[in-house]
Amino acid sequence: MLLSVHDLAVARGGVPVLEGLSFALAPGEALILRGPNGSGKTTLLRTVAGLQPPLAGRIDAASDAIAYAAHADGLKATLTVTENLTFWARVFGTGDIAPALAAFALEDLADRPAGALSAGQKRRLGLARLLVTGRPVWALDEPTVSLDTAAVGLFADAVRAHLARGGAALIATHIDLGLEARHFDVAVCKASPRAAAEDEAFL
Amino acid sequence: MIALLARDLRLAVRAGGGFGLGLAFFLIVTVLVPFGVGPETELLARIAPGILWIGALLACLLSLDRILALDWEDGSLDLLATAPLPLEALVSLKALAHWITTGLPLVLVAPALGVLLSLPAEGYLWILVSLALGTPALSVIGTFGAALTVGIKRGGLLLSLLVLPLYVPTLIFGAEAARRGAEGFSTATPLALLAGITFGTIALLPFASAAVLRINLR
Amino acid sequence: MEQRATASLWEWANPVKFLRLSGWLLPWVSWGAAICLAVGLVWGFFFTPDDFRQGSTVKIIYLHVPAALMAINIWIMMLVTSLIWVIRRHHVSALAAKAAAPVGVVMTAIALVTGALWGQPMWGTWWAWDPRLTSFLILFLFYLGYVALWEAIENPDTAADLTAILCLVGSVFALLSRYAVLFWNQGLHQGASLSLDAEENVHDVFYIPLLVCIAGFVLLFVALLLLRTRTEIRARRIKALQARERAA
Repeated sequence: MLLSVHDLAVARGGVPVLEGLSFALAPGEALILRGPNGSGKTTLLRTVAGLQPPLAGRIDAASDAIAYAAHADGLKATLTVTENLTFWARVFGTGDIAPALAAFALEDLADRPAGALSAGQKRRLGLARLLVTGRPVWALDEPTVSLDTAAVGLFADAVRAHLARGGAALIATHIDLGLEARHFDVAVCKASPRAAAEDEAFL
Repeated sequence: MIALLARDLRLAVRAGGGFGLGLAFFLIVTVLVPFGVGPETELLARIAPGILWIGALLACLLSLDRILALDWEDGSLDLLATAPLPLEALVSLKALAHWITTGLPLVLVAPALGVLLSLPAEGYLWILVSLALGTPALSVIGTFGAALTVGIKRGGLLLSLLVLPLYVPTLIFGAEAARRGAEGFSTATPLALLAGITFGTIALLPFASAAVLRINLR
Repeated sequence: MEQRATASLWEWANPVKFLRLSGWLLPWVSWGAAICLAVGLVWGFFFTPDDFRQGSTVKIIYLHVPAALMAINIWIMMLVTSLIWVIRRHHVSALAAKAAAPVGVVMTAIALVTGALWGQPMWGTWWAWDPRLTSFLILFLFYLGYVALWEAIENPDTAADLTAILCLVGSVFALLSRYAVLFWNQGLHQGASLSLDAEENVHDVFYIPLLVCIAGFVLLFVALLLLRTRTEIRARRIKALQARERAA
């Protein structure tokens, strides 16, 4: 198992949103998270990525297993596409950025400053970052926002190739990517309405 | 690790604000002081070390909110927090980048501005030495303040309010060393104490900065 | 499982239990503070002789010295409660630190203002950069930063965490500043002749009413602290109840 989650409860701003989550990802597996807006998909992904502590339960994964991509791409407008990507490659200690550029059809834009890219191109660059992290589990939050049909196809191909290499992916999305993947509706794990953890002592 | 430093330096050069703004501010402060206190050479010479230190400190303060806020806004901070780089190293590197882009240029131009304030000849070496030794502490302490206020919208003013009291010991020892040097006294004691503060903050404060950053990211 | 009433000191960190205990204590402490302050101040102002050197101006020590003592001790108390919050995560502890800070601001301000009023006739100036005065001014700035940080952060637990760390770091820097200021002033003036140390000059006739006044200030602080902590707890309780209503 690359990632396994047991009886996890997560909170947004201290208020529990999801509880009793259990799932596991083996190499080559993808799990699509579904659920209405505000159901806690982003919170779940942030918790799995280690950005916030879980309220309860356990997340079993190697400390350097998860690559996280959120709504914000973390791009620097004054750096070129190559520079942005090279930076992340060096931070994660991987070398070659050419495959990542190729996978998202960014070669022609390589020397353009990220600030001059369109929203969809920025998104592609943000997703190309995943390839240079060299990490096996992708935790993606609405990865297809502002992508056109062709770019969604590129993204789906990249995920498929990643799974074929023995990786895994946890994707929150509303559109059909055409992936062979399990679907998981987080709404079934909606936490019963109760007070924020920090408020409990005061009730 | 070098990658992060290189990126921050490159960003500072590209965006222009890093090197230029702090230096221009330092120059303006130094120019304004004689307008405020009068042009007598003797008075200016006596207060020159203090003015240069305060000018450098304020110029440093000016760019503190850029240390982490920009990375926070565009999401890089979240991504960096999940990267194989401990937050302690991240904040240390951020402080180092801030020092190279802001502190170091201030150190280098301070003697030139000393001419404007008729700094005595003995003073040039010591203003250079005391600023070189003290400005790293200003960057490290400032990074702590930036980490504290990173999640607060329009936190710039609050950042100044939090950081300025923390700057007091550095300013006192640094300016004292420069003043003693300019007056031809021994600078050993204040310089030793200043070095103590600088190395102490470099060694310990990143842990506090990383702790508050972790709290702010959650 | 039933626990004995005296099981642990930490039981009082439970907000409900704290409210009960503090509600019982508050009137006693408040009356104690009022009586001590009334007795101490009246005794000190009207029934002690004038100092042979300083005349009647010496009587300002009955406000100045207790306020200054409290200014420092409130910061130390905030440091301790911040540590308790960081280590054991008792909400009452964090809220007590939050509640104490504005009292500390006022005490520091009283110490500074009475010091200036005393300094005018004694030193011929409202303000001198005497190490002790300067240290209090810096302490005042630390208090302001601490209070401002509490006000600026919305999430109460985040605010408690960040202010606690600021308090720890601030304490170290406050100590450093104290020594830095001592060093700095030596370099400028002779120092000692300006620094008028109240405690050293106090005779027995002044001493006992001064002790009563200090006791009064301590009780006043405890009363204000209890009152303000109770207010903070109730404010949090209201917020928690409102959040529960919304969620239900």
